[in-house]
Amino acid sequence: MNEYIMEMRNINKEFPGVKALNNVTFKLRPGTVHALVGENGAGKSTLMRCLIGINSLDSGEIVLDNQIIKIPSTHFALIHGIAMIHQELSPVSDRSVMENIWLGREPLMVSFFVDHSKMYRNTKELLNELSIDLDPKEKMANLTVAKMQMVEIAKAISFKARILIMDEPTSALTGTEVKHLFDIIKKLKNNGVGIIYISHKMEEIFEIADEVTILRDGQYISTDKTKDLTINEIITRMVGRQLSDMFPKIQCKIGETVMKVENLSSGKAFSNISFELHKGEILGICGLVGAGRTELVETIFGLRRKTNGTIWIDGREAKIDNPIQATRHGLGFLTEDRRRTGIIPVLSIFHNMLIAAIRKYSNGLGFIKIKPANKMIFTYMSKLRIKATSTKVLIQNLSGGNQQKVLVARWLLTDTKILMLDEPTRGIDVGSKAEIYSIITSLANEGKSIIIVSSEMPEIIGMCDRVIVMRQGKMTGLMNRNELNQEVLMYYATINTQNDLVSRDIN
Amino acid sequence: MKIRRESLVNLLNKYAIFVVLIIMAFAMTLTTKDFLTVQNLINLFSSESSRGLLAVGVGLVIIAGGIDLSVGAIMALTSVITASLVQQSTYSNRLWVELPFISTFFAILVGLACGAMVGVVNGVIIAYTKTPPFITTLGTMLIVKGLALVYTNAYPVPMLRDDFKIIGQGKILLIPYIVIVFIFILVIAWVLLNYTRWGKNLYAIGGNELAARVAGVNVEKNLIAVYIWSGCLAAISGILLTAKSGSGIGTLGDKYEFDAIAAAIVGGLSFSGGIGRISGIFAGIFILGILNNGLLLMNVSPYLQQIIKGVIIITAVVVDMRKHKRRD
Repeated sequence: MNEYIMEMRNINKEFPGVKALNNVTFKLRPGTVHALVGENGAGKSTLMRCLIGINSLDSGEIVLDNQIIKIPSTHFALIHGIAMIHQELSPVSDRSVMENIWLGREPLMVSFFVDHSKMYRNTKELLNELSIDLDPKEKMANLTVAKMQMVEIAKAISFKARILIMDEPTSALTGTEVKHLFDIIKKLKNNGVGIIYISHKMEEIFEIADEVTILRDGQYISTDKTKDLTINEIITRMVGRQLSDMFPKIQCKIGETVMKVENLSSGKAFSNISFELHKGEILGICGLVGAGRTELVETIFGLRRKTNGTIWIDGREAKIDNPIQATRHGLGFLTEDRRRTGIIPVLSIFHNMLIAAIRKYSNGLGFIKIKPANKMIFTYMSKLRIKATSTKVLIQNLSGGNQQKVLVARWLLTDTKILMLDEPTRGIDVGSKAEIYSIITSLANEGKSIIIVSSEMPEIIGMCDRVIVMRQGKMTGLMNRNELNQEVLMYYATINTQNDLVSRDIN
Repeated sequence: MKIRRESLVNLLNKYAIFVVLIIMAFAMTLTTKDFLTVQNLINLFSSESSRGLLAVGVGLVIIAGGIDLSVGAIMALTSVITASLVQQSTYSNRLWVELPFISTFFAILVGLACGAMVGVVNGVIIAYTKTPPFITTLGTMLIVKGLALVYTNAYPVPMLRDDFKIIGQGKILLIPYIVIVFIFILVIAWVLLNYTRWGKNLYAIGGNELAARVAGVNVEKNLIAVYIWSGCLAAISGILLTAKSGSGIGTLGDKYEFDAIAAAIVGGLSFSGGIGRISGIFAGIFILGILNNGLLLMNVSPYLQQIIKGVIIITAVVVDMRKHKRRD
């Protein structure tokens, strides 16, 4: 009898121009959580895609139940009990929970008509088994990301999945939602399901994972029991070098007020937000999911209609109704949803980086100044260590982290004075994270003003000079750097204040 | 990750369309004795030029993620309007009997303005009301076609002045003006797409409109401009063809929009936007053109020709989809 439920042996996979997997081995025991870690582009996703039949192998073998098998399609993987919860969920939003779960294999009456009552009962049973409190008839569109994820898990279990792959499952979840997810994971573990857990969050790995396999640049590095490892060991093996300091914060000189926001409101999303942003300052905006943080920066950038309030830039009232006016006022905005509002997938790195600064790099007749643009783009390619063979590579062929770096560079190319970053390191590996932090710090040092929206507390605490905390569309706290700690931030993010907290003047 | 040289397969993929074009030209040369003659090549070029102008117009619209079905109709409208301004004064059945003398230059300007105006209407509706381009231009296509017929009561507008007809019939060293205009426009389009802000913005809008908007691209202005561009090229094509045939026709350019779109798609443009090159459009036009011309020389029945064209269009897109298939 084999102690492993599934083994991947000496897997090789090459894409045009890239050796994505080089002799990688990965073994999963039943009833365990096995974390798969590595920087973006290390080959984690490719390995998993080979396992669920999206990518074919160049060489190597997959052993399931002591048998060597070929996995030609995701459907084949599913009926053999291998399921994946993707990082970006794509439910059929207009249909119900149960219809999403049984999509394509609805229980039938007279072999033709869908048996809705049976579908309902089956779904109810399934959800109860996993202690997920959800109405099977609820429309998917009405669910939170966390609930959608749980539906995905239920769907996987309905296929009798014995191997469940989770790709960054907590990236959009709040603290309590994460706890619930972990409870479900433990339940699955006890039922003998083997779980492959992909994450960049070290705390989670140490909380939930039994074993850790590390990949780097398509190579297998190591597999160990989690209890035999330290965070530093994992990080060092992932990046292949010592990371001196995660948050290389320089205390830079904070100058005059650059932007002043007064009583800003946008419908139901948030109301009466006032703050000042200074030259060289890094201002954090934190809060739980749904607190209105993203909506606030979207409104400042003119992507969302403001219903009340004024924005002053350099002492003058700024009329910002669309992103064009925002960029003219020297604002830059890195959105939270990279795929939807960030990258232009079919275009090159060059094109993607240039697009926001295109006015700066073209002459009066509208002709692009190719040479200076190329020079700057090349500079940022190496400065941010974007892994690509040339600036002509299409951005869709890059890993998520590298795409994010291109998007950061997009705004660095402009003459942005105020840079707003919404979840700037979401889905980015530790190595690139540290690089992006050091870039943010040096930008502040050059006199740019930065707003960081983030749900990662360490990021907020490590980087920001001042922090605004929001809860349900209201500002509940404003703190200086020396007052920051996780407990205080959590307190303001979760307390139920009847009236808005009067922001303290910090000057 | 290690970097490999671009494989032969990749290179072939990239230039597949030109390989096809060259093979077709060879095949035609070998199978028909009339294909590789100066006269036939000039005929081929001048007949493809009018459709080619439309394809270059629509091509940019497609790159920006839209579509323009109204180009054929615009040809018809500019044809009758321009023609009505340059009828011979001795001709008694003129459309406007009282019309004073209007210079050819001014008549052409009026024609261009017609095309541009339809472009503005298309662009404004699409950019500001977010009506799907297919629906919008389907509507304007019907309206503009109707206008052309209403304007003339469906009669042709004949007996045009010689100084107007010369722009469609004249040539420099055997090469008709219309071919020269077409090549000139191809070069302009190539420069615009690759070396100007507008071109880069069109690709960005076609590739991901939301992302382009967030990056500060003026989506509305760029979209309106591209529909004006497409309208103007349709107008140029309509004017040249009218001058060539010597009379304004209210049904000119009927179904040309489909030929133009087909050429653009065969040339590797993606309907979802953001992908495409001028060289591809050029190749697309001539693949379909040589096909037309060659099948004609080979005496293939016109009905069969249609079937063959349809098969080629679908094949081209299927092959192209495979090429652009994402790595993941």
